[in-house]
Amino acid sequence: MTSWKKKLLGLTTGAVVAMSSGASLAVEIEYWQYIFDARIQAMDILIEKFEAANPDITVKQTTFPYADYRTKVAAAIPAGEGPDVVQLFYGWLNDYVDAELITPLPTDMFPPEQIEAEYFPMVQAMKRDGQYMALPTAVRSLALFYNKRLFAEAGIEAPPATLDELIETAKKLTKKDGSGNLTQVGITTGMNAQDHHWFREVLVRQFGGAPYDASNAKVTYADAGGAAALKWYTDLQTVHEVTSFGFMDEPQAAFKAGRAGMHIDGSFRIGALDSTRGLEWGVAELPAGPDGMKSNYSSYWVNALTSKATGEKAEAAKKFIAFITTDEAMQIWLDTVGELPAKPSAGLTDENKMNPVFGPFINGLGYAKTTVFANESGQRQVLMDATQRIFLEGQSPEDAIAAAAAEEQKILDEYYN
Amino acid sequence: MNFYGALTIKQKQVVWAWTFLAVPAIFYCLIRFYPTFNAIALSFQEWNLLGARTWTGIDNYTKLFADPVFWKVFKNTFIYLLLGTPISLLISFVIAYNLDKVRFMHGTIRALYFLPFMTSTVAMAWLWRWFYQPVPIGLFNNALATIGIPQFEFLNSTTWALPSILAPAVWAGLGFQIIIFMAGLRAIPQTYYEAARIDGVGSWTTLWRITLPLLKPTIVFLVVLSSIGFLRIFDQVFNMTSNNPGGPLNSTKPLVLMIYETAFSSFDMGYAAAQTVVLFTVLLIVSLTQLYIMRDK
Repeated sequence: MTSWKKKLLGLTTGAVVAMSSGASLAVEIEYWQYIFDARIQAMDILIEKFEAANPDITVKQTTFPYADYRTKVAAAIPAGEGPDVVQLFYGWLNDYVDAELITPLPTDMFPPEQIEAEYFPMVQAMKRDGQYMALPTAVRSLALFYNKRLFAEAGIEAPPATLDELIETAKKLTKKDGSGNLTQVGITTGMNAQDHHWFREVLVRQFGGAPYDASNAKVTYADAGGAAALKWYTDLQTVHEVTSFGFMDEPQAAFKAGRAGMHIDGSFRIGALDSTRGLEWGVAELPAGPDGMKSNYSSYWVNALTSKATGEKAEAAKKFIAFITTDEAMQIWLDTVGELPAKPSAGLTDENKMNPVFGPFINGLGYAKTTVFANESGQRQVLMDATQRIFLEGQSPEDAIAAAAAEEQKILDEYYN
Repeated sequence: MNFYGALTIKQKQVVWAWTFLAVPAIFYCLIRFYPTFNAIALSFQEWNLLGARTWTGIDNYTKLFADPVFWKVFKNTFIYLLLGTPISLLISFVIAYNLDKVRFMHGTIRALYFLPFMTSTVAMAWLWRWFYQPVPIGLFNNALATIGIPQFEFLNSTTWALPSILAPAVWAGLGFQIIIFMAGLRAIPQTYYEAARIDGVGSWTTLWRITLPLLKPTIVFLVVLSSIGFLRIFDQVFNMTSNNPGGPLNSTKPLVLMIYETAFSSFDMGYAAAQTVVLFTVLLIVSLTQLYIMRDK
């Protein structure tokens, strides 16, 4: 063997030994989230930064299809495999805590007082027995998307600021063909999309009602306020004729196709609209209620520590959660995914507030509420049925809202008892 | 080895026979019987897929029989069956009977009828969903609008949504039924027809007295198969009404869709298992009854 070959061999052996000894010192933790390109990308950036700051910890990101959440995560953790840190939808957290798949965040590293002071108020839904169960990096809220081209065509200068203005604006944007069929709607509607959130947390409150009591286990919208809200909402179709449920199959499809003047949706829609060619759109805060009241609905995904993480891994996982909930991480998430920072300190920066796209969403966070769902699809179905009963069976809004409340109460009772 | 060596050739053959038989038997037990019995056990339990399973006795069944949605869905399932099976069999028989006599481009026509059966149900369901949309995108309603007829609420109607979904389901199944009917028709010996012709029997009598009675095994097979198909209808409904699963006010929801929703959006696995057991029982009863009624006396 020539000397340079010997040297090379020596170097390689040395490197292999060094690398393997380095690996044995390091802790590897696993982070799991579902497959969504922008989120994976954002998390890759965050992991890179985290590993640079903590050279002894490596984070492995695993992704899986959204539909496999319960089966994969629930099967892996008790078997001692799977994630140390997992991303969950806020509404599922209770189920995961009850199943002992999630460990509460320790109060020394994540003091509740500090969390309450730093985060937007809706994050308090993550607190159980004085401890926080999980924390979000980003939150989402609703806003009114509007089609700038159609607005200009109809000579409308600004998006509506109140519900009354919304009806007037929508009338100007509505078009019908010779047979009286709608060919362009003023505003999209459909309880199947985001409207059930808009109805529950925004319209019901604006008309003087409240969707649930403080325990979130009792439905309270079956009163004059709830009925007025449902009447206002269904009147858009039956009285003002500015919309039609199921118009162009899906509300967001109608808006994307430029066949709808206005559309209420979440901040997660920004990406899809951005990539729609030829669509010029703007965003405004949700219209205020009759007495000027503003409300919004917020939802979020949280990062939770699983019960699989113990010892060194748990310590590393906690550090990782602390890192991905810093202001810096939140700004990266906003820039990459388009989801809003969970802390006012990161979200309510002048730059973000003035941003024409993110601004209205971020401003909405200040007064947003979060629904504590027991069974989101079931509770959504109840409101869909209520509107269908009005449209197809001619039920009065009072009866429809009472029936909806009774059905939803049944779902809640089953869950909490 | 000693033990094996002491066996006679006959005994050795038995050992080998059982060894080979054990493979499919074990496989079948693992993938068929174990999940089936597990599902039956689950129907007496409560489980949200995350925590432990807890026994709840017959709670799931009492809840099921008191649930108005279940009865609505049960009724829908039988409407799919009672409309779908006779209509699809009648149409496919008429087509097969006449196609059998056609010589001109016989293969091409048969292939055209078979084409929808080969198409993915999901793709087909979405295509029909588009056909049924209101103005300005729906094919049917746009056609109606151009000739000045008010648009028709296909899927957004508690009366018409179910037939609207059934139509493509019947259409998609026709190809298969036509092929089976034609094979049945070909299997009838020509000598019967020749004898009938010599005796001067009309074509109507030939159909009633010769063709249909001799087609009975084919008809039984298709009735059972198509009944099971309509009782288990899911893909069409799921894909055509995914905005409002099961149509307006559950007007199109079949039992399988209810099971799917209970299990995978409400995560009430025990309740879903109870519904599955009921569906299994119904399928069993319907199939056995049909076999009994249509058996050879």
